[in-house]
Formats: sequence, structure tokens, C-alpha cells
Amino acid sequence: AEAAELRARLRAVRHTVLVLSGKGGVGKSTFSALLAHGLAADESKQVALLDIDICGPSIPKMMGLEGEQVHQSGSGWSPVYVEENLGVMSVGFLLSSPDDAVIWRGPKKNGLIKQFLRDVDWGEVDYLIVDTPPGTSDEHLSIVQYLSASHIDGAVIVTTPQEVSLQDVRKEINFCRKVKLPIIGVVENMSGFVCPKCKNESQIFPPTTGGAEKMCQNLNVSLLGKVPLDPQIGRSCDRGQSFLAEAPESPATLSYRNIIQRIQEYCEQHHFQEEKIM
Amino acid sequence: TLAERTNLAGVRHILLVLSGKGGVGKSTISTELALALRNTGKRVGILDVDLCGPSIPRMLRVQDSAVHQCDSGWVPVFVGQDKAIALMSIGFLLERPDDAVVWRGPKKNALIKQFVTDVAWGDLDFLIVDTPPGTSDEHISTVEALRPYQLLGAILVTTPQ
Repeated sequence: AEAAELRARLRAVRHTVLVLSGKGGVGKSTFSALLAHGLAADESKQVALLDIDICGPSIPKMMGLEGEQVHQSGSGWSPVYVEENLGVMSVGFLLSSPDDAVIWRGPKKNGLIKQFLRDVDWGEVDYLIVDTPPGTSDEHLSIVQYLSASHIDGAVIVTTPQEVSLQDVRKEINFCRKVKLPIIGVVENMSGFVCPKCKNESQIFPPTTGGAEKMCQNLNVSLLGKVPLDPQIGRSCDRGQSFLAEAPESPATLSYRNIIQRIQEYCEQHHFQEEKIM
Repeated sequence: TLAERTNLAGVRHILLVLSGKGGVGKSTISTELALALRNTGKRVGILDVDLCGPSIPRMLRVQDSAVHQCDSGWVPVFVGQDKAIALMSIGFLLERPDDAVVWRGPKKNALIKQFVTDVAWGDLDFLIVDTPPGTSDEHISTVEALRPYQLLGAILVTTPQ
């Protein structure tokens, strides 16, 4: 009956993309926010961004929605809208103060994630983006389990070039294979830094073992793209602005846009294949 | 007392390294702190309770090591230049380094309790406990398990943004 409830609520969601890592601090939330902004640039598309990082919800700040609260209506919880076609949900909106710690064990976190899927009135959604915390634990198992009532197009896995990140990301790739979650591809963030003054490129996080490129080759996974470090990214996130809009000329923006397009193409193809089967 | 008879009886100070945020350098700081303390002649151990993303073994070049049992429990892996820093991590219990530890809270809690009470640390001046990001199962269980002992306090790591 629970699965039926979830299925009903998620029936109007056309595509679902999970943003995962394994490693913390590599840019999952940043990427989720920009993916949502990028997809919502097409005003004919309805985009939903769900933040299931219960302990460290970054999405409200990154989307400029700190301090917003969730409203209830007859049809459920209302997402917080950044644009008319971009709605957001996060535990951040449920806290009385932004510094409140959510000190919950697994089962309570799972309960909230289920509520997010069951009780939020997303309406008709073209793309549901789910931002996750680092790791391969309760939140990840639960979201895959609950979304099996609907479907997940696939996962985008974010990393940085150094081996300490890659070793966690390989685990995440194995997690995806274990739970039969298709991998759309890997994004390598913080991939090089070009000095705005002298234009020299430095590897701030040197890819000592070949970076995401080598890992993707070894594990037969698609490398969606590499995004260079741009201090403006962090600044935009802190200020709740879309980096893509604030720095349209940055090489990082170009990378992000290419990656977003590849994800869109993957989803559209996937949908087409599904329709063919039906 | 029970505390005196346990594996943590010989540990003088326990330090937790926490953040909340991932990727800010907790494991790096834990490692550097351990090495620096060792350099001043202290006896040091590291307990890595990041079960999903254990980084310490690689940072100390022992990612291919295995752990053994003795009468009082698990024998830590000895690392560092003089092989004098004791390290315990789930990394040593994995069959393959890329194996994902896909566990829910209760299973994580059980292992953390074991890591706290069943590792034969011996006599240490400092035990540094590296944690994963967040404020969840690992953190609650680690603090609960360590409470009867000499918990000095926590160091919080962040980045500027």
C-alpha cells in the first residue's frame, strides 16, 4: 500500500536523476543546484530539486532560499519555488534555526525521506533531481528503495581528481551496480585552476592516479566532463545565486552546460526507449 | 572499574576530529596531527570510524594491510616511519578496496562499538578518532561508546566558505 502511495505521487515525474558521490565536499550539492538551474532555463520544463542530505543540507543556501519555510496545503507539502518552474524541498526548510543540528539515527532519516517523496506536492515534473549526502548508507539505500516505486533514470557521480576521492567514488560505483542503479556518468570537479591574472593552469588536486578519466576507463563508466576550479563558484553558492547566470563566460560554466546537456540527452533517450518498449 | 579492565584503559587522552561538512580535511588533519604528536615522542593511535569512506589507511600507505586478532581483541596496524602509530579502520576489513560498505545505521553502530572496545590499543598518550561528515549514527554511537573513557574533546575542521 505504501509503494502504491509513492507510485501515485511520483507518477507525474518524467525523469529522476540522483546526484551521488561517496566522498564529501566534491561538489554534489553545487552540481545538483546548477543542474536544476540549467534544466529550468527552459521555461517549458518543470524542475524539482530534492535535498536528502538531512545532516548537512546545503541546497537552501545555494538556491538563495535560506529562511524559507514549508507550507502545507490540502494536497500536501508545498515545495519552495525559486522560479515558477523550479521547486525545492530540503530538511533545511524545516529547521527553526539554520544552525540547528539534526542528530538523527538512520530510521528517523529514512522516515523523513519517505515523507519528502510521499507528502510533497510536486505536481507534474519533467526532472526530479535528488541531492544526496556523501556515503553509501541509509539515505542512499532508502532513496533507491522508495524510488523503485517509480523509476530512476540514473545516477550522476561527482568526484575530484585525487585518489583519496576516487577510492570513495569507486565504492559508490559499486553501490550503484549492487542496487542496479544505472550510472549516467561521472563529473570531475575542481579539475585544474586557471589563474585569472597569469592564465597559468595549476592542478590544485593533482590526479596522482589518473583522475576520473582513468577510473572511468577502468570501470567502463562514462566521463560526462571535467569542471575547473573557479572561486566564483563558491562565492555564488554562498550568495545563493546561480553561478551559470553570474559567470556565463567562465570555462567552468561551459563545462557545466555541456555536462547538463549530456544528462538531458541521456534522459530523453532513456524515455524514448521506455516508450518503444511500451 | 570496568574502564580500567578494558582495551582503552591505557589511553590517556581521546580526541575526536569532527566537521559536519565533508571534504574539509578531517582525515588529513587527523593523520597530520597523529604524525606531529608522534614526532614529539608521544604514543599515538588513530581510530577511523568513517565506515563508508575510510581514508586513513591510504594516507598512511597501509591500504593493503590486514588486521589480526589477539586475546584482547583486534591488533591495530602499526604505521608511520617507526611503525609506532596504531591504526584501526574498516578499510582493513574489506575483501577488496573498492567494496562498498552499504550498511544501515544499526550495523554501523555495532561495528563502531566493537572498534571502541575490542581493539588492543595498549598504552597511548593520544587516541585520535577520525569521523565521517554529519551528525548521525557514527557520531552518536562513537560518543556514546567513548563516554566512560578519557574523552578530552573535539577538534572541528572547516573551510572558509
